[in-house]
Amino acid sequence: MSATAAPIEPSGAVDAGSASTLRREVWRELRHSRSFLIGMTIVLVWTVCAVAGYHIGPYTPFEQNLNAVNTAPSGSHWFGTDQVGRDVFSRVIAGARSVMLVAFAATLLGTILGTVLGLITGYLRGWVDESLSRLIDALLALPVVVTAVLVVAALGPSSITVALCIGVIFAPLIARTVRTAVIQERELDYITAARLRDERGSYIMFSELLPNVMPPIMVEFTVRLGYAIFTVASLSFLGLGIQLPTPDWGLDISQNISVVSAGYWWEVLFAAAAIASLVIGINLVADAIEKAME
Amino acid sequence: MSSPQPRPDALVVDHLDIAYTVRGNLRSAVRDVSFRITPGQAYGLVGESGCGKSTIALALVNYLPRNGAVTGGSVEIDGTDVRSLRDESHRRRRARTVSMVYQDASRSLNPSMRIGRQVAEVFTVAGADRRQAAERAEQALARVRISDPAGVMRRYPHQLSGGMQQRVVIAMALAAEPALLILDEPTTGLDATVEAEVLDLVAALRQEISTALLFISHNLGVVARMCDRVGVLYAGELVEQGPAREVFTAPRHPYTVGLLRCIPRRDHLKGHGVLDTIPGFLPAPDADVTGCEFADRCALAEDRCRTDPPPMYPVGDGRGSRCHLHERAHELPRSTPPQARRAPEAVAATPLLQATGISKTFRSSGADVHALTNVDIEIRAGETLGLVGESGSGKTTLARVLLGIVEADAGAEVALDGQPLADKTHDRSREQIKAVQIVFQNPDSALNRRHTVRRLVGRALSKLSGLRGSTRDQRLLELTRSVRLADRYLDLRPGQLSGGLKQRVAIARAFAGAPRLVVCDEPTSALDVSVQAAVLNLLAELQGKEQVAYLFISHDLGVIRYLSDRICVLYLGRVLELGSAEAVFSAPHHPYTEALLSAVPTVDGSTNERIKLDGEIPSPANPPSGCVFHTRCPRKVGEICETDEPPLVEQEPGHAIRCHIPLAELRTMQKPERPAPAAIEPVA
Repeated sequence: MSATAAPIEPSGAVDAGSASTLRREVWRELRHSRSFLIGMTIVLVWTVCAVAGYHIGPYTPFEQNLNAVNTAPSGSHWFGTDQVGRDVFSRVIAGARSVMLVAFAATLLGTILGTVLGLITGYLRGWVDESLSRLIDALLALPVVVTAVLVVAALGPSSITVALCIGVIFAPLIARTVRTAVIQERELDYITAARLRDERGSYIMFSELLPNVMPPIMVEFTVRLGYAIFTVASLSFLGLGIQLPTPDWGLDISQNISVVSAGYWWEVLFAAAAIASLVIGINLVADAIEKAME
Repeated sequence: MSSPQPRPDALVVDHLDIAYTVRGNLRSAVRDVSFRITPGQAYGLVGESGCGKSTIALALVNYLPRNGAVTGGSVEIDGTDVRSLRDESHRRRRARTVSMVYQDASRSLNPSMRIGRQVAEVFTVAGADRRQAAERAEQALARVRISDPAGVMRRYPHQLSGGMQQRVVIAMALAAEPALLILDEPTTGLDATVEAEVLDLVAALRQEISTALLFISHNLGVVARMCDRVGVLYAGELVEQGPAREVFTAPRHPYTVGLLRCIPRRDHLKGHGVLDTIPGFLPAPDADVTGCEFADRCALAEDRCRTDPPPMYPVGDGRGSRCHLHERAHELPRSTPPQARRAPEAVAATPLLQATGISKTFRSSGADVHALTNVDIEIRAGETLGLVGESGSGKTTLARVLLGIVEADAGAEVALDGQPLADKTHDRSREQIKAVQIVFQNPDSALNRRHTVRRLVGRALSKLSGLRGSTRDQRLLELTRSVRLADRYLDLRPGQLSGGLKQRVAIARAFAGAPRLVVCDEPTSALDVSVQAAVLNLLAELQGKEQVAYLFISHDLGVIRYLSDRICVLYLGRVLELGSAEAVFSAPHHPYTEALLSAVPTVDGSTNERIKLDGEIPSPANPPSGCVFHTRCPRKVGEICETDEPPLVEQEPGHAIRCHIPLAELRTMQKPERPAPAAIEPVA
């Protein structure tokens, strides 16, 4: 085959709005989305807190001042102090780390497991799909928090157990989304073309299908991250996650909930507001991404 | 509505400009388009994708998308400015003014409503009570030649065939006898014989009612057959208009000249030479063109073409051409040399691929669907076997059996070079896998949109040819250059390429393993004619160089004829005729082939005598007894056709026909070859 004969096609009708510019399109869309900007700001603030929270607070989160227990918010203690005189503001800032780390790890684990499961069930179909899908349906029937409580209580409370447990519970949810996307995608001719080259199943699943089902996976990941934050905080509240004295929102709420009736509302409110704001921030981002992807 | 004074023109489009707002910028889509349609006239609007046809149609009915707006000029339908019809209070008046039929009838009908109610609704809106409406709905369906209107009214849309659905939609569109009926690609996607029936129907209805037609199509043949006048759109401008026959036989704009030359004609074969193409691409939508929009692609262009935008020059009675050089448009030089191609070398004695006894039965909701019944074909090295048939004929299933994607029923044998081919691709040897590859119809689906061209072709090279490293990179460049892909495209993804370029990538991938047989499954049907010509040229060229055989599937008989050495006609999973392209295309042929050939509208307007087929293609789940074609055969001889299936008999050397009528009799029935439509080869 020589390339001498005829002229090469002269100019390239390169148009926008296509796969490789998809990322750019989505990004452009996101930058103009108010909910994305607000949500991202909230998430970024908490991320900074998670990274540097132990150092940027006015006090260290562990410092006890027994001369100033249960003091109301003031100039020196913006969010007041708790029962042992720790600065609530500093603990809220530092508390972002544990919950975000565990939730992120859990969601990542769940997404990876779920994606693999979804690719396998969606691509292979047949009895593999039948049996795995039944298993997934069974897992989906379990209520998340109740299951987590039972499992973590049985295995012993620790951050790693919590992350593993939530990840495994999330996997079937993500698997179902991925499976639906894969089932649509596998009907396209490029999959037939790959089979005609006798490609291995693993290549087809991970190199051909996976990049094309990334958008729903991204959406699912952000949505799950919001739920994970909430679940991790709930488990800490029940004493089933992070252990004292690590600053943690859920844990701090449970430690101080008993004194709310005594009027020391600030010891609980700010941690609760922190959880709420992070979940809302992530959900705003998730909504914006979902909208931009369509 | 009946007034003494003469009826106003059905449509007057006057200096129409339409623009879309894209990210805050106004992007012009249609510029300075003017034409008029007198009552009862049929006007055809032709052009390739992106030329603004659909935008104009939407503007006429006031349905432009929210970011589109008429920025200049006016549209009057039946004497009324369309902008005044927007109002909800004018709904009734609009129904009597204009209606539109879209390409896909199944999407125009509500799937959950019986046909009767949907059609009657049109009359209810116009003010009829329920019983009246039902009666008039039945009449409307009878008018579009639906033989059992009462029965059809009780059915749901999915129970009707595509052609029948389109009839229902046309009946609804004509219910209020609008002044103007817009048909936007009404037969695209229908089979050739069904398309012909729908076109016949529209032509017949024109005799009965005074509705004017605006016919939008990319198919020049259809427009030539249906329309009195035609306008050619290019890049949002009307570049030429005039009486259809004159425009198509003596075009006065270089774009029209080029477009007509791209179409493979019935007497033009790959051995005769390459097809002409139009070089280059449409200007980008945001390009700033100062002179003529077509100048960049026009071999005649002079300096003033690049600086002065040409006006619409009047060129004779009711004709106009937007070209400074309209006097010499026909002198447009060919963009490809017309050199003859060397004929493929003598065909090997042993066939490359031999398939015998191929049957395929799908089970669908308890019923057996016979997609293929006892098909025997052979393909010789370096030849093209054209596969012709309407939907449901089993052509794609046959191709998939050969490729090893679909497993044939027991008893089928496929051999490549005399070696048996396993049922599944996976069980074939690497030599066999690389020997049989495919080019799909839709490159968007066939190419992974997340992979670059380099990766798409490179993976095929390493997997099929086993090449690695720099040898592979070297071969990749050779291969992509041989399909005329510039090196700079290698790192782009499919979405950044035009349709024609994408199909080249798909062809390069199929050729990565030096295949012996490439299945081409409608490889050009998603492309514009000028791009189609370039892709057909490429396929013919690669065949000459590589001695590859093609199994070429297409519904376009012109394309099949251009590329094929032999042709196989399938109907309901059976081979009805098999022979050299020459023999199949000229009488005597099987009555079905005869009907198919007569159904194709030609650009030059030479009206073939249409052989009409009755009824619908029967369901493959319940094929007719005896000869499967007897239910629609215009030449049915008698009872024998209903009881005995005729064998596929080699009537003359290399030409087999499955028909009870002896060859000699067919010959006398089918008049000697009609005079070749070479009469009006416009500007060769």
